[in-house]
Amino acid sequence: MSDITYRNLIVDGLWHNNQALVALLGLCPLLAVSNTAINGLGLGLATTAVLVASNTTVSLIRNFVRPEVRLPVFVLVIASFVTAIELGMNAYFHELHKILGIFIPLIVTNCTIIGRAEAFASKNNLRRSLVDGISIGIGFTLVLLILGGMRELVGQGTLFDQAHLMFGEAARGFTLKIENFRGMLVAILPPGAFIGLGLLIMVKNLIDKRLAVRAMAKTDYAEEMRGLAS
Amino acid sequence: MNSRLSILIAAGILASFAVLGTSLVAFTHLATEERIVANERETLLRSLYALVPRENVDNDMISDSIMINATEFLGGKETTVYRGRKLQQPVAAVLTTIVPNGYSGPIKLLVAVRYDGSLGGVRVISHKETPGLGDKVEESRSDWIYSFNNKSLGNPPLDKWGVKRDGGVFDQFTGATVTPRSIVQAVKNTLLYVRDHKDALYDKQTASPTTDKQG
Repeated sequence: MSDITYRNLIVDGLWHNNQALVALLGLCPLLAVSNTAINGLGLGLATTAVLVASNTTVSLIRNFVRPEVRLPVFVLVIASFVTAIELGMNAYFHELHKILGIFIPLIVTNCTIIGRAEAFASKNNLRRSLVDGISIGIGFTLVLLILGGMRELVGQGTLFDQAHLMFGEAARGFTLKIENFRGMLVAILPPGAFIGLGLLIMVKNLIDKRLAVRAMAKTDYAEEMRGLAS
Repeated sequence: MNSRLSILIAAGILASFAVLGTSLVAFTHLATEERIVANERETLLRSLYALVPRENVDNDMISDSIMINATEFLGGKETTVYRGRKLQQPVAAVLTTIVPNGYSGPIKLLVAVRYDGSLGGVRVISHKETPGLGDKVEESRSDWIYSFNNKSLGNPPLDKWGVKRDGGVFDQFTGATVTPRSIVQAVKNTLLYVRDHKDALYDKQTASPTTDKQG
């Protein structure tokens, strides 16, 4: 496994092994909180913080935690971090916490986190686990942000509504609004989340396919040239 | 022997992580508790002052609160009443009315009734109404909730306390009548209750120290 470079770790986390688009993990918070871009960003950042904390901790303790108690220990670590981060959010981002409130404890049930602890951090050193946590977390956050933005734009005709909850009063101006657009309700309702995620997966697969075709064409071309030369 | 030892070690590891995890949570709790309480108080004060202007009262409305039981009129099992006074004279009472029959579940309101029986205003604190339809009762989504400002039991007359579809004076929303209808009904009931229990509501004797409950 050590032949995976940091660059690969980042590309995997953001794209090839994106937990939301490829692994389809963590759907419960993903679908529930992606109704506006700011909600998505808030939950994504909280998830990233938990993921980084749990990945580094699990990596640090990987050598002396016995295999038979490995999973309960991971769950304990994750649950403690989630609770601590929830308290911190309540203290420093109180308004945002009021909106995301019930979904923060649900981060514990996000399979991505225990999945990365078990599949990666428990087998890799601190630095690699840290990079993995950050890139997987950012990949998840980006999907939440994009999906939230799509649903908000189609559903209520705004983008970055309530940005001040996260960035302070100065951010009120971030909000974009399409005038005279009442929005399509379905995008905000739960079905909109599934449709939106489906569209995102479709776009990703299309891009992957196009890249694969291009890569294939390149090798064909190279072989042809070699054939001509001989 | 060996297997027993290994079980003990495993249990010890698990136990020490339980202790570490709990300490982390306990420590964070201690570090943030004060700020969280202050935040909650701040949020509550801000919503109270939006209904009863700060300059009209000189007491601490949060500590000057009582709990009352009047489910029939006020919806909730227990309703908190924050009393605003100036120079010991009653100014307004803010009730945490619950609308029991929202379109999807109960709706929590703050209803401010001045001492003369007129409404200082109404706000929706929490609800589960349909986004885009029923959620127009939120202050941030439409001005509808302001239509209660300064209304009282005589203005409009009692039989006009309803949405327009029912012959009343309050607007309903296209596609959502249930939400505004039930809120109008709950506000009216609150006014009726306050009219009949006005003196008891402001009674200093009934003032019970509810500050710890707010904490």
